[in-house]
Amino acid sequence: MSILVDKNTKVITQGMTGKTGTFHTETALAYGTQMVGGVTPGKGGTNWVGNVDGKEVPLPNFNSVAEAVEQTGANASVIYVPPKFCAAAIEEAIDAEVPLIVTITEGVPVADMVRVKAKLDKSNSRLIGPNCPGVLTPDQCKIGIMPGNIFSQGNVGIVSRSGTLTYEAVFQTTNAGLGQSTAVGIGGDPVKGTEFIDMLEMFLGDDDTHSIIMIGEIGGSAEEEAAQFLADEAKKGRKKPTVGFIAGRTAPPGRTMGHAGAVISGGKGGADDKIAAMEAAGIAVSPSPAKLGETLVALLNK
Amino acid sequence: MNIHEYQAKAVLKSFGAPVAEGVPILTKNDVDAAIAALPGPLYVVKSQIHAGGRGKGKFVELAEDAKGGVRLAFSPEEVKSHVEEMLGNTLVTKQTGPKGKQVNRLYLEDGADIARELYCSILVNRETGKVAFVASTEGGMDIEAVAEETPEKIHTIDVDVEDGVTDAVVAQLIKAYELDGAAAAEAPALFGALYKAFVEKDMALLEVNPLIVMENGSLRVLDAKVSFDGNALFRHPDIMELRDETEEDAKEIEASKHDLAYIALDGDIGCMVNGAGLAMATMDIIKLYGAEPANFLDVGGGATTEKVTAAFKIITSDPNVKGILVNIFGGIMRCDVIAEGVVQAVKEVGLKVPLVVRLEGTNVEKGKEIINSSDVDVVAANDLDDAAQKIVAAVKGAA
Repeated sequence: MSILVDKNTKVITQGMTGKTGTFHTETALAYGTQMVGGVTPGKGGTNWVGNVDGKEVPLPNFNSVAEAVEQTGANASVIYVPPKFCAAAIEEAIDAEVPLIVTITEGVPVADMVRVKAKLDKSNSRLIGPNCPGVLTPDQCKIGIMPGNIFSQGNVGIVSRSGTLTYEAVFQTTNAGLGQSTAVGIGGDPVKGTEFIDMLEMFLGDDDTHSIIMIGEIGGSAEEEAAQFLADEAKKGRKKPTVGFIAGRTAPPGRTMGHAGAVISGGKGGADDKIAAMEAAGIAVSPSPAKLGETLVALLNK
Repeated sequence: MNIHEYQAKAVLKSFGAPVAEGVPILTKNDVDAAIAALPGPLYVVKSQIHAGGRGKGKFVELAEDAKGGVRLAFSPEEVKSHVEEMLGNTLVTKQTGPKGKQVNRLYLEDGADIARELYCSILVNRETGKVAFVASTEGGMDIEAVAEETPEKIHTIDVDVEDGVTDAVVAQLIKAYELDGAAAAEAPALFGALYKAFVEKDMALLEVNPLIVMENGSLRVLDAKVSFDGNALFRHPDIMELRDETEEDAKEIEASKHDLAYIALDGDIGCMVNGAGLAMATMDIIKLYGAEPANFLDVGGGATTEKVTAAFKIITSDPNVKGILVNIFGGIMRCDVIAEGVVQAVKEVGLKVPLVVRLEGTNVEKGKEIINSSDVDVVAANDLDDAAQKIVAAVKGAA
């Protein structure tokens, strides 16, 4: 098992004919993901032709998400649409009742996400992102922009607000021989489809996930809420060894650190509160992003 | 993006919010016309800088007992003498840092008789994903201190995006502020106007501190601080024109031209990293090993050799930088592209400080080869811990 995606996940790409969409659809195909088509308004009926390991691979283009879902049976969509049009693309996927929508696009206006979130709350779709690297279950399904070559099948569930720190955690757990069940980048925006708690809930319930790495950063209070959630679940006997990391201990207040959501504002969202909340919940907080794997191995050998 | 108070008030006024009459003063020649445009006899002269705490701020050029950055004046002559003291001088507030900010613009405003000072802000509540009012009766004070000492005096009221500011929302605000009479009657229009301005102009924060109840019972926006969602500026060319580049760091402006996320800091180790999370973590680890980062810099996922070169030039243009740490985990970003950019940049601008490079991920061997076969003087590192220790040691050793 795994969470969110596996070998049966059928994926369409919204924005497949663009440069970014094309590149990442090709790498997803090369990884073995079941890519089944793409959506570009006006290009319905034509074929997209990708280059995968030197071979031409055609996929059908559709004018709308609804049409693509109907024709291909897709149950997931990945969005590489530019920020201006991104909210409309997510809303179209929600309207087409796509169960899993993964939005990679960075730079979606917050007001657009407030609108999307209200619509999402009334739907059965799950949105991962925006401004995220995607979701990957090793050797089964890669949605998004994570480098597949650093993954190995295993039992660590990884959830993170940062792309490159996700890669650090993946790389280190691969080198430690632990491997990953699934890695999820939930994204660096202030208003997003999925927060830590939902992913932690899934990892706790997944038999193939034996331990968890959770990587947060400054801004908001999602890490504190997630830590409280883990503490509450542990009291009910649901518990898996968890390593944590928080980026931004040295970030100055009031400045947005690259990610739109990484900002300490109004005295809230600082790293120290998050680290304290994690430690209070029994999470082993790694002092350095280079010691995520090491910290987890030490925790598992305890 | 931040704007000045007088610009914020003009935006709010265009949405129908009650603000005082006022005139910006950009040079001393503007003073007479500004005084003539206002009724008097009470005036307020306000420093326009992108930082709070102006009233309690001090001008570095003036005597210790001189008045602060926001001053009352009871006659045109007093206005002139304040302008003379304030314009062009450097104001230090608790938000500017010790160097302070030069006051290049003043705002002359009609004075008001204040009965009560309230706090009102609108922001996106990250916990609910909704736009929310933050209301408190404790206006005119540092709201962070209020939140710390008396959290029960702060009320957060969410607004549903489809319904907007309903009667129920207004009723909650009136209750939170304990409004009655004229103020309560004006509340629906005022809060509606503020909310409309926030949403239509894609604001990130709209803070009115204080919102006042005047002696005559009416509400007025006495101070206004507005910042905008940088990702939505493409749909607001009118707002983009309000940008005041003299308020920003020159290196940050240069970085934004190359689409680099860069923030200048006070330390002496320059950093170039891919990914915002890793860039923050790199700053943290430098601190962990006993030094301070000179900057935050995320070159992004799709950087080119040109972009890396530009980033390197910006880092080396900072005279505080005594060493440079390049930390790349190549996913989409290929290590060979970074390596070529670093070599190219060193060729162009030279290298006068120690440089430690840590490369990992896609095309790492190719990247290492490019650096090793060049004549650039680079210390290679195995992982981030090793890299941080090496650059800190190199900088401390040189000191």
